[in-house]
Amino acid sequence: MAEPLLKVEHLQKSYGNKRVLEDISFEVDEGSVVVLLGPSGSGKSTLIRCLNGLEVFQSGSIVFNGETVQSSQKNWRRLRQQIGMVFQSYDLFPNMTVMENILLGPMKVQKRKKDEAARQALSLLKEVGMEQYAEAYPRELSGGQKQRVAIVRALELNPRLMLFDEVTASLDPEMVRGVLEIILRLAKENMTMIVVTHEMNFARQIGDKILFLEDGKILEQTPGSQFFARPQTDRAKKFLESMDF
Amino acid sequence: MGHSGINIFFEGANFIRLLGGLYVSAKIALLAILFGGVLGIVLGVLRTLHNPLLRMILRLYLEFFRIVPTIVLLFLFYYILPQSFNINFKADTVGTLVFSLWMAAEMSDIVRGALISVPRHQVEAGKAIGLNPFQLYRYILLPQSVHLMIPATINLMTRIIKTTSLLLLISVVDVINVGQQIIEANSHRYQDGAFWVYGFIFILYFILCYPLSRLARRLERRGKVGANG
Repeated sequence: MAEPLLKVEHLQKSYGNKRVLEDISFEVDEGSVVVLLGPSGSGKSTLIRCLNGLEVFQSGSIVFNGETVQSSQKNWRRLRQQIGMVFQSYDLFPNMTVMENILLGPMKVQKRKKDEAARQALSLLKEVGMEQYAEAYPRELSGGQKQRVAIVRALELNPRLMLFDEVTASLDPEMVRGVLEIILRLAKENMTMIVVTHEMNFARQIGDKILFLEDGKILEQTPGSQFFARPQTDRAKKFLESMDF
Repeated sequence: MGHSGINIFFEGANFIRLLGGLYVSAKIALLAILFGGVLGIVLGVLRTLHNPLLRMILRLYLEFFRIVPTIVLLFLFYYILPQSFNINFKADTVGTLVFSLWMAAEMSDIVRGALISVPRHQVEAGKAIGLNPFQLYRYILLPQSVHLMIPATINLMTRIIKTTSLLLLISVVDVINVGQQIIEANSHRYQDGAFWVYGFIFILYFILCYPLSRLARRLERRGKVGANG
């Protein structure tokens, strides 16, 4: 079998004396989707933020595409072009139009030609139904629309791995579906993804592998189908029950 | 107009001399705003970096220029530089130097305050698309904080312009200095010369400062619209 695209080995992180991530190890195969589940404060967001260098970690290593990153920040900047990230709060740049938001990375970081980058941006916007908003400013968009633009902004860099950090958590319920469908479609197109979410049905549909975290530890690491049908730990069972009405 | 005090401006080259004095004041203020502004932005950015030593040094620099009265600064530079360091600058140059350093100090605080008020998420979103630190400042942080800097910056500029009136104390021939000379030279014929001359100087300073306040209001409104998501 081929090398996994991402390999996390014995990752440790603490704030002062407080351990927030303890001995985290897992692999993400190219084209697969890993979903991080767990109660609030279990370290899911911290973990996913470690994976593109937004958080430093004290020990362990991350191997992305054969390249090892220790906690130092050095090679993160280059890797980030290959690791797209979408945040809970969208974080579009309010001083730029939708198009400018999307083109900033390809033009300034990847030094691509404007024509070519703009063409790709338009076709990506079209795929998420936002092409008529290319010249709009973020303040003119709804939450769901902003999030779709944020996804396009990340995809525009042609990443090999996408990180989604609770991207529907601050959306109106009606907006959630549209955004989740986009992520599902990406999964069908074999995009490698790591997803933090509280939408259980979505996790069930999309997760090739589920990591269940609590208190900064991985309690369970199982294929998606198995996790929802037969969780191995009592804690995971309880968690799933609490999510179920 | 008979023997009205206003004629004091038409004696000899008085009017032109006053304008010449204004030019000196305005030039020093403008250069100080320019040099100090640029330096202040750089220092303000440096003060947002996580380097404790650099931060402390810049903080001390700011506090020094904020706490010490401008007049003391002027004397310090005017008398001590030549005496202790054997550096002889013209009074105009000393004035420009002191005002530039003062502008830079206060500007750095304005810039720093505005920069750190940009939400941290914006920086992370910028990092996530691979921007380097310079690009983060250039495309994200500075554009989003400029409208926060404008009111305080304009206020600072008007203070700089007004404070050029202290320059006569280190014998720069600025507008106030020229005005005093004119008042004294004509004191026999124009007893109310002071009223007219200072009145005119008031108008001159007003003309310098008022457009700035107008500009500030316009820019601030425009910046707000551009920066709110």
